[in-house]
Amino acid sequence: MDKLPDIVGSIPYLLEGAGYTVAITAVALAIGFCVGLPLALTRVYGDKLASSLAAAYSTALRGLPALVVLFILFYGLSSVISLPAFIAGCLALGVCSSAYQMELLRGAIQSVGPGQMMAARALGMPRLQAIAFIVLPQALRLAIPAWSNEAAVVLKDSSLVYAVGLAELLRRSQQVAARTYQPFLVYVLCAVIYFGLTFATNRSLDTVERAMRLPTPLEEMH
Amino acid sequence: MSEAIVRVQDLHKAYGSTEVLSGVSLEVNEGEVLVIIGPSGTGKSTLLRCINLLTRPDQGRVWLDGEEVTAPHADVNHIRERVGMVFQDFNLFNHLTALGNVMVGLTKVKRMPKQEAHELALFELERVGLQDKADLYPAQLSGGQKQRVAIARALGMDPRVMLFDEPTSALDPELIGEVLEVMKKLAREGMTMIVVTHEMGFAREVSNRMIFMEHGVIVEQGPPEQLFYCAEHPRTCEFLGKITELYGPRQREEE
Repeated sequence: MDKLPDIVGSIPYLLEGAGYTVAITAVALAIGFCVGLPLALTRVYGDKLASSLAAAYSTALRGLPALVVLFILFYGLSSVISLPAFIAGCLALGVCSSAYQMELLRGAIQSVGPGQMMAARALGMPRLQAIAFIVLPQALRLAIPAWSNEAAVVLKDSSLVYAVGLAELLRRSQQVAARTYQPFLVYVLCAVIYFGLTFATNRSLDTVERAMRLPTPLEEMH
Repeated sequence: MSEAIVRVQDLHKAYGSTEVLSGVSLEVNEGEVLVIIGPSGTGKSTLLRCINLLTRPDQGRVWLDGEEVTAPHADVNHIRERVGMVFQDFNLFNHLTALGNVMVGLTKVKRMPKQEAHELALFELERVGLQDKADLYPAQLSGGQKQRVAIARALGMDPRVMLFDEPTSALDPELIGEVLEVMKKLAREGMTMIVVTHEMGFAREVSNRMIFMEHGVIVEQGPPEQLFYCAEHPRTCEFLGKITELYGPRQREEE
């Protein structure tokens, strides 16, 4: 166990890698949301053509492994544009996540119920206003649990970016394991860090969900 | 002709091969309370929805205050501001308090300053007797209270006419009264109203004119006394007979 101090000494190095992991996850989730939400709205409210194009986008991307998308972006496009590993990773995970986020947001939007939109339109709200002020505030609340799940998936998938050489958590763990000849300890440590990140993510989103939850009927409170 | 607030001319609407409206024409004058009755599936709700274009008619024209709603380039949103609508299942915005429900149209559609909207919304809630429920969410209100908030929400927009689409049909019997009271008060205040309902007590007491619709057309219309006591069309008699039989006891109590 003379390697233990060496492993302990590597913790800051690993945590720095975890910083990349968090950064990739955050950017990918943001990309996924910014692309997924308009697509979900198009799917629900768009005309036939737009709606089926959105559906096709979702079907296509959900049918591809994220790693393949990443390789296409990083290696496949390298003759056209050479993307840094970090950017390629964020884009690949973001694009893949957008398809899943689109589906979970679509479900949430559809569960709001047509009466809400109708009542908003009856007040004289244009459609976009009704979506922004009436439908989305309700749909996004409903989407939090599924979105929390998606956040955990993307966080774990960020380890794929290791394959294009970015020194994120898994890559650094591999380096430390090779240097210390203690793969078990190092990978367990790596696993603990991943778990801690996922756990914290899910927990904080649970808290957000509880804080945003709408009051239930009075009789249930007694 | 000029004092007609709502004018509907030869309205047709079909869903697929089912024709729901087959040529309906009517006029509603300022301060008039028009009650529409008829079996379900005869186009009463569709007729209301065609008036503010929540449903677009296949054929026919609609005027509001002399302005043609069905004109190709009519500003539909602006027209809807002036038509209050109350739905059978309330459709309150679930993420907003009672006050927020009344305010949202004022601040977002009418672009009223927050403070002013707040005061007006409180006033409208007071009008329906719910000022003390302003901070409760729809889930915390009873059905009758929800419907009264929905009425306040529509009133806040200062509509020229109020459309009621079976406003009490989703309510427990003991909650119907409070909603009808609010509607009666509105009628007394001179609000122009078109009401689809099976509440014959309300129809008899408040309406100036009743319309009996069946199979997408107006079968008969006239003052309530005429429809109740000497309807010309046998179907009108039959329908009113059945409805009165069904709702009879409560109406006797009311009188």
